[in-house]
Amino acid sequence: MALSGMRGLSVFISDVRNCQNKEQERQRVDKELGNIRTRFKNEKGLTPYEKKKYVWKMLYIYMLGYDVDFGHMEAVSLISAPKYPEKQVGYIVTSCLLNENHDFLRLVINTVRNDIIGRNETFQCLALTMVGNIGGREFAESLAPDVQKLLISSSCRPLVRKKAALCLLRLYRKNSDVVNVDGWSDRMAQLLDERDIGVLTSVMSLLVALVANNHDAYWSCLPKCVKILERLARSQDVPPEYTYYGIPSPWLQVKTMRALQYFPTIEDPNTRRSLFEVLQRILMGTDVVKNVNKNNASHAVLFEALALVMHLDAEKEMMSQCVALLGKFIAVREPNIRYLGLENMTRMLMVTDVQESIKRHQAQIITSLKDPDISIRRRALDLLYGMCDVTNAKDIVEELLQYLSTADFVMREELALKAAILAEKFAPDLSWYVDVILQLIDKAGDFVSDDIWYRVVQFVTNNEDLQPYAAAKAREFLDKPAVHETMVKVSSYLLGEYSHLLARRPGFSPKEIFAMINDKLPTVSTSTVPLILSTYAKILMHTQPPDPELQDQIWTIFNKYESFIDVEIQQRAVEYFALSRKGAALMDILAEMPKFPERQSALLKRAEDTEVDTAEQSAIKMRTQQQTSNALVVTDQPPANGPLSVGLVKMPSMQHANDTNLADQELIHANGAMVLMDPQPAPVAAPPSADLLGDLLSPLAIEGPTAASVSSEQNLMPGLESGPDAVGALALTTVEEQSNSVQPIGNITERFNALCLKDSGVLYEDPYIQIGIKAEWHAHHGRFVLFLGNKNTSPLASVQAVLLPPSHLKMELSLVPEIIPPRAQVQCPLELVNLRASREVAVLDLSYKFSTAMVNVKLRLPAVLNKFLQPISVTAEEFFPQWRSLSGPPLKLQEVVRGVKPMSLPDMVSLFNSLHLAVSPGLDPNTNNLVASTTFFSETTRAMLCLIRVETDPSDRTQLRMTIASGDPTLTFELKEFIKEHLVSIPVASGPPLPAQPPSQPAVSNASFTDPGAILAGLL
Amino acid sequence: MGIRFILLVNKQGQTRLAQYYEYLTLEERRALEGEIVRKCLARTEQQCSFVEHRTYKVVYRRYASLFFLVGVDNDENELAILEFIHLLVETMDRHFGNVCELDIMFHLEKAHFMLEEMVMNGYIVETNKSNILAPIHLMDKAS
Repeated sequence: MALSGMRGLSVFISDVRNCQNKEQERQRVDKELGNIRTRFKNEKGLTPYEKKKYVWKMLYIYMLGYDVDFGHMEAVSLISAPKYPEKQVGYIVTSCLLNENHDFLRLVINTVRNDIIGRNETFQCLALTMVGNIGGREFAESLAPDVQKLLISSSCRPLVRKKAALCLLRLYRKNSDVVNVDGWSDRMAQLLDERDIGVLTSVMSLLVALVANNHDAYWSCLPKCVKILERLARSQDVPPEYTYYGIPSPWLQVKTMRALQYFPTIEDPNTRRSLFEVLQRILMGTDVVKNVNKNNASHAVLFEALALVMHLDAEKEMMSQCVALLGKFIAVREPNIRYLGLENMTRMLMVTDVQESIKRHQAQIITSLKDPDISIRRRALDLLYGMCDVTNAKDIVEELLQYLSTADFVMREELALKAAILAEKFAPDLSWYVDVILQLIDKAGDFVSDDIWYRVVQFVTNNEDLQPYAAAKAREFLDKPAVHETMVKVSSYLLGEYSHLLARRPGFSPKEIFAMINDKLPTVSTSTVPLILSTYAKILMHTQPPDPELQDQIWTIFNKYESFIDVEIQQRAVEYFALSRKGAALMDILAEMPKFPERQSALLKRAEDTEVDTAEQSAIKMRTQQQTSNALVVTDQPPANGPLSVGLVKMPSMQHANDTNLADQELIHANGAMVLMDPQPAPVAAPPSADLLGDLLSPLAIEGPTAASVSSEQNLMPGLESGPDAVGALALTTVEEQSNSVQPIGNITERFNALCLKDSGVLYEDPYIQIGIKAEWHAHHGRFVLFLGNKNTSPLASVQAVLLPPSHLKMELSLVPEIIPPRAQVQCPLELVNLRASREVAVLDLSYKFSTAMVNVKLRLPAVLNKFLQPISVTAEEFFPQWRSLSGPPLKLQEVVRGVKPMSLPDMVSLFNSLHLAVSPGLDPNTNNLVASTTFFSETTRAMLCLIRVETDPSDRTQLRMTIASGDPTLTFELKEFIKEHLVSIPVASGPPLPAQPPSQPAVSNASFTDPGAILAGLL
Repeated sequence: MGIRFILLVNKQGQTRLAQYYEYLTLEERRALEGEIVRKCLARTEQQCSFVEHRTYKVVYRRYASLFFLVGVDNDENELAILEFIHLLVETMDRHFGNVCELDIMFHLEKAHFMLEEMVMNGYIVETNKSNILAPIHLMDKAS
């Protein structure tokens, strides 16, 4: 029978099929696995036929989802079988069962290679396919040349070459070095002249991979691709077997157009014209036909053509033709076409000038949001999100809100997030934004993450005009019968902060607000209670003159929570209670929240994170990056008529605070919510990535005590003592620092370079910390003292310094304290011993935390080679015998150095002096030459004399010849490279790496973009 | 990279053929197959042939009791894959003559031979049915 006689396999398969349930199946499979195992144990008794049969059974069992952890060896060993049927099974089953990291594969590399270079075509095909499927790096290194040879060989038949093409693609992916771009680009162009469609199909996939990496090198392939496309479009010389429902290989057409999308543009006008002719014909000539397969195939080509047209940025007319076509597609009955229409429209958003024409289809797209198919709904959502701008934000967001109530659960969170982002980015006015977010919470509270409501609070805090409105809205939503807990949070926060602005309106008296919130208190979880307690404290504070009845009610609640199990709640209850009896102190401490520094929306960040899934999202990402948030900019400027800063103006008199007693101050500081009065700390330092209101709510409460404990030793509440003037200044800094990332002050590289030539100075500085360094050198021993200075009035926490020493330095850093108190400087000595000559650099990995911001910098330490040099002057009598005795490499090295920074001889002398090389004038009779000497210290070489001779060319200051000699080959080489580095000018940004660049520091050449130190450190 | 897996699964959710072009552990395969089969089985004829799942897009087509599922990454031409499935089915048809689930089940090795001729490492290598079936014919003749 057809099963090549494997009766045992058929029997087994039908046994499994007849099993009544999973349990029976498992038993049958276990029995078979036992059987196979026993048979494999005495392999000698197995015929090749039996082996083959058992290996197939294993594959079948594996496919059913059972682990097959033995027999791999048997499968692999079949590859070495001499006959085709066994070999075939060996190859196929091996590529199904094993992966590239399997050790067994190594055993057969030789067999595989012999099959590939052998004369037997069928063996070649099997081997190429397996390597193409699971070949790893080792295969790449040992087989690539053979595979390349097969691919370009004229004596090889297409059936082998097409497999060689894809096999090479795999090997290239594993190790891109196997394809030498220089020689291979011409080969690729030749390969595209091939007539066989099978070979072309494979070669085109290979081309896509190569071009995606380096389109410059393969530009000669571009016209060839257009030719292929023309050939297919005209059905010239396409065998019927490659014609699919009347369409010349749709797969090759699609692949070719895909390859063309990797070239940035098409410059040659003739090629461009030919291509556009073909594309135009596809766009115009694709009709809907009855036959499904034909229809699909022709539309596969059409959609690819659309993508290519978009990529090529065709003329406006053609673009609008594309949009019109897509507009037609999103309204057809065929769901596949609808789906692809939406998907491609989203891609099209990246092209400029088409947004307006896409907007014309907005109604249809919104209809798709209600499509019965979730795949289509997702596409519609993405498209709406991408096409939203100021003009249509209201409509789109309202649609999204409406859809939210009926949307699938799996989509709700994404939907809520997207609605929130759009509302923020494109809000025509901020009150609308508040409305949207509150509605969002109302409709889908479970799917509204904290980020979203943090953000609305931030906006309201920063926009005074908005505050009464927000409070009114919050009350309205809180008044509804069933309120989501998130709504309770945001509403009670807003009401606590701003309801007093509306106190005269009916329903807004402190009592009423309290009653309303207090209704919800029994229903909320422990995470909301602290928030509500803060609101109560605020209500108390705003009730002037105090209302004894309300006070009693609130105090009762504080009392109730004083012994609550949750520490946060307990602490707040205790502190608010104590504070609320202090009168004036309460006023100060619970004053309105200061404005937040502007930051990038964490929502956008999150959206980017959640959007890794689909391709269109790259389009969205690009658009989000183009359009910075409008709403953010609005709040950036303080209202013209309003005070400069809420924090500053509403700041109650500082005198009061100073009057209160010490214990109170400690208490004030210990409670997170209170730190608000300390005008500068948290908001200033928050980096863009920090959680929005993270510093507003919980985290402060956590950090409060640390701040208090440290500052109480040093300087109690420096912010308060420094008085209102300081506050003003600090409020200004807040505004200035809106660039909001921690930027180093001064150039780190320049600082490092300077410190290489001197022994004390500033190594690093940013707004929070300054690191000074002082060094002492004694022969091969060195000692640094690092001075870590906190520039601020609050402590730096989690300070950590980790040394990443190079192999030639033995280093020991004394303990760095975890906390640096405000305005304090700590000293950390660092001992080091030089073991041998090397140009590697030690790196200090320093991190610290300021407020919620984690700062991490990697700093190179100036423990460089010249620090272990001691200049020594020598006389001619000492110099020449030494110079002659050190004859030739490796002890004496000579090199012509080019690309030298032009400098006069005296300048070079002073450079040498600063490098601790003593120049001995007059030693060399030629005045254009320079002779220097120095002693190098290391543990291995001890003190070793080094001699240097430089011959300059007065007519060309950019080159010189340098000769270095010493008793240690490593030292000679390293010293030569070291001096060279100082002589050669540092390449400017985007300049090509200089040939004289030392090989061990490849990073330096690209590093000039930012900071070589950081990049180098990154490499370490 | 284009095709990441090809699965043939019947209406009961039993896998009839599985070919992966990226390595997944057995557990990952089991989970993946379970999830996407469930998703696809729940869909109706009126819905499109594409399902987004994790980082994959699954292009699928149903023939009688058998589902053909092809997992691709995001930059694959969906319709081209959809028709590639049909090409596979036509190729099987040509060989078996009116192919059915049982043919594939009992001739697992032949189904693998065909796939091996059509796809390599996730890329289409041949679409000419005669070329695809040539090695199988040779084998049949030999035995």
